Amino acid sequence: MLHAFEKGADGVYVVGCLEGDCRFENGNLRARKRVEQARKILDAVGIGGERVQMYNLSSGEGPRFAEVAVEMTEQIKALGPNPLKKAKARMAA
Amino acid sequence: MIVAEKKPIEEIIEEVKDFEKILVAGCNECVTVCEAGGKKEVGVLASALRMYFMNQGKQVQIDEVTLERQCDHEYLEELRDRIDQYEAVVSLACGVGVQFLAETYFSTPVFPGVNTCFMGVTEERGVWSERCQGCGQCILGKTAGICPISRCAKRLLNGPCGGSTKGKCEISKDLDCAWQLIIDRLKELGRLDDYECIIPIKDWSTERAGGPRKVVREDVRQ
Repeated sequence: MLHAFEKGADGVYVVGCLEGDCRFENGNLRARKRVEQARKILDAVGIGGERVQMYNLSSGEGPRFAEVAVEMTEQIKALGPNPLKKAKARMAA
Repeated sequence: MIVAEKKPIEEIIEEVKDFEKILVAGCNECVTVCEAGGKKEVGVLASALRMYFMNQGKQVQIDEVTLERQCDHEYLEELRDRIDQYEAVVSLACGVGVQFLAETYFSTPVFPGVNTCFMGVTEERGVWSERCQGCGQCILGKTAGICPISRCAKRLLNGPCGGSTKGKCEISKDLDCAWQLIIDRLKELGRLDDYECIIPIKDWSTERAGGPRKVVREDVRQ
């Protein structure tokens, strides 16, 4: 997750199975905790933790997946580009 | 094993903010097990530091390495031909490793990336608790394998004290009374008679209170 932001991603969303339905029992729960950790780190370094989100869907929920994609895109557009992009451009200039 | 906790990233940033070439060095042993300073944590810290400095407009090189251990010469030697490239090292090893790295590479500043806490066990993933304080005079044979020096708040050798209530220590209801644990275990082992043997006054000179310690084994020394 962090490498994606390092490379300039504006946002990352993690999609896991509905809670209680994970084939591997608690993989989605562990993922949620890691997403929380990543948010704290991104806040601490000035990128913004709200750029990473986790959603729980079943693989059969195609329309919901599309909804989530739109929601996330709107959220990230509102936040603007990853501040590292500007920083890299300034350093290159 | 030695249990440590990650330092807050803000504290680490404050330590290294003036350097331009930093090596983040992890350890594959205890700090990996307690998820504070292993390869994964090195990767996370290095990535976070790169993003922080980039965001500040600073060009800082942050490299990563995870050594097998940082408390043995052989493993620290692996850094010999690259250490001079760096202005500073953030070591995620326990306090032992940080110090040994600093002693080995005298002219490179070394900063700790974790707070070293105690010698303890993994009760379950994410929960570690203290078991040993290295007092240098192990009496676990008399106390059914439960240490009153590290687990009794008062370090009593012949407990419990009057504060022990329903198996809990008076300092916290979340803390088991070590002496209750000892008595229960002695009962289970059919060795409650051992409880009647008074443990004599401890010689604290072998503990840290007696000064920094060293073990020398002439029979294995080269």
